[in-house]
Amino acid sequence: MNIHQRRYLVNKAALALSLVAMAFGLVWLLWILWTTLELGVSGLSVELFTKMTPPPGAKEPGGLANAIAGSALMVGLATAIGTPVGILAGVYLAEYGKHTALGGVTRFINDVLLSAPSIVIGLFIYAVYVAQVGSFSGFAGVLSLALIVVPVVVRTTENMLLLVPDSLREAVFALGAHKWQVIMKVTIRASRAGIITGILLAIARIAGETAPLLFTALSNQFWSLDLGEPMANLPVTIFKFAMSPFSDWQSLAWAGVFLITLGVLAINIAARVLFRDKH
Amino acid sequence: MSTSAAALPGREAAAETGKMAVVPPPKPPKRAASALGDVVFFNLTRAFALIALLTLAGIIVSLVYAAWPALVKYGVPFLWTSDWNPPAEKFGALIPIYGTLVTSAIALVIAVPVSFGIALFLTELSPAWLRRPLGTAIELLAAIPSIVYGMWGLLVFSPIFANYVQPALSSTLGKVPLVGRLFDGPPIGIGLLCAGIILAIMIIPFIASVMRDVFEVTPAMLKESAYGVGATTWEVVWNVVLPYTKVGVVGGIMLGLGRALGETMAVTFVIGNTNFLDSASLFAPGNSITSALANEFGEAGPGLHTAALIELGLILFVITFIVLAVSKLMLMQLAKGEGRKS
Repeated sequence: MNIHQRRYLVNKAALALSLVAMAFGLVWLLWILWTTLELGVSGLSVELFTKMTPPPGAKEPGGLANAIAGSALMVGLATAIGTPVGILAGVYLAEYGKHTALGGVTRFINDVLLSAPSIVIGLFIYAVYVAQVGSFSGFAGVLSLALIVVPVVVRTTENMLLLVPDSLREAVFALGAHKWQVIMKVTIRASRAGIITGILLAIARIAGETAPLLFTALSNQFWSLDLGEPMANLPVTIFKFAMSPFSDWQSLAWAGVFLITLGVLAINIAARVLFRDKH
Repeated sequence: MSTSAAALPGREAAAETGKMAVVPPPKPPKRAASALGDVVFFNLTRAFALIALLTLAGIIVSLVYAAWPALVKYGVPFLWTSDWNPPAEKFGALIPIYGTLVTSAIALVIAVPVSFGIALFLTELSPAWLRRPLGTAIELLAAIPSIVYGMWGLLVFSPIFANYVQPALSSTLGKVPLVGRLFDGPPIGIGLLCAGIILAIMIIPFIASVMRDVFEVTPAMLKESAYGVGATTWEVVWNVVLPYTKVGVVGGIMLGLGRALGETMAVTFVIGNTNFLDSASLFAPGNSITSALANEFGEAGPGLHTAALIELGLILFVITFIVLAVSKLMLMQLAKGEGRKS
């Protein structure tokens, strides 16, 4: 075998392996989606949305109503708290702190926090809030989720604002606008689609977060929308039910996983479509 | 800049009124309020930017404070003591640290070559119309919540793993001297190896998308020159693209490592959750820092047990912070080089 044949074969082998790697990646996605669909759909029922989580060995079929409501409330509030903070910090990074020391350090720390283990965020809220107040509560869960939202929104807001051409800013300045007017009325509007994409991705990220809620909101077997009490939520309920030996709990867990996966993937795809239409 | 720009319309308006007084100014000037708005808005955004810094400082300070009783009592040997016995108040972090490092290492060994293959496929081999959907599919793999991976790993993957993959590994790699000890023992499915594989599936999308993105920054001229002297696709990627993007690739791998180290739910479901570890086998169940926290924190009484668990969290945060910071620095270095060379 001469060198040409060898190079040709090495090339073919490498490209074939890359095809195998691609298939390897996709197989897991399809397998996980298939399992979720198969086991999740069979667990779907009206009771899922109307009944509370059942106690062990319950005679009647239970549902996930309290967990779904708790998750929706906590994710909603966390987004409402985290988004303005993230957008304003992102505006600072893109519009004021581009070349300042504070901007550089904040940008760096933000990117580290973006990938920091969410369980540590939970521990942090436990140490500064739960341990001081003395009880697990829905509000602590909201705080920990909000802390996860902030870095995601900061990163996308900054990136999107940097895409706005400077000539647009200069044009508005030339009309006599103040800097805050330029930002509020022009650059943020110009990058609105991108910023909304970032918020959607942040919602998708916290919708399935389990680890931080274990130390903050914990869980609740009953219906409660009181932020001062432990609050039921889908991820922790799934965790508890999936690890249990009861088949009705496991089937509820699969139904919950189906709801979360469906929601998260739908939000992700919506965010992508929205972003693609605008850019 | 903003003041000079703001002065402009005022002057224009004055000139206008001087020339023809009939034209009324369109709006009463609110310049004082607007200038105040500038100051307020600047300080507001800066205050919120500071929140990111305060969060980091807050995490470190509060964890050190909460872990203080354990830090004082066990000192540095906490890191290499393997005893974890809550009733006797004996705590050592060796087994969770070992579990975290081993599962992350397994994950990298599997995920790095696969991610490289995926990035190679997406940038060089795939037909253009397939690039976007396939890239999106891989990114969606990253969007699936980790609890789904964990539950799937425990209830679907680990039985198959125990019945088919582990016996196959024991009868092949298990017979090799030295390495064989890693694939020894009863095939029970859940354990360090299973957790490592689930982690690998989880971090593939992170590493693959960074690799794809950095491969794409390689200047086309560089690649075309290599193709021009007769290099094959593989030679272009291996000898031109990879050396050019080396820093970014390592940054992407470190990003994946950071994710793997801190991953909780996927690992907790499948690692086995035991603090006894007496064999080198990867089939053995174990514990990681995150799974120990997820399982024990709820039951831990206040005092040393909670403090020791929080110290575990602190160790995890320090390790991941270093890994992620290095990753970020490397990716920044690549981005800087890109600006200089093009």
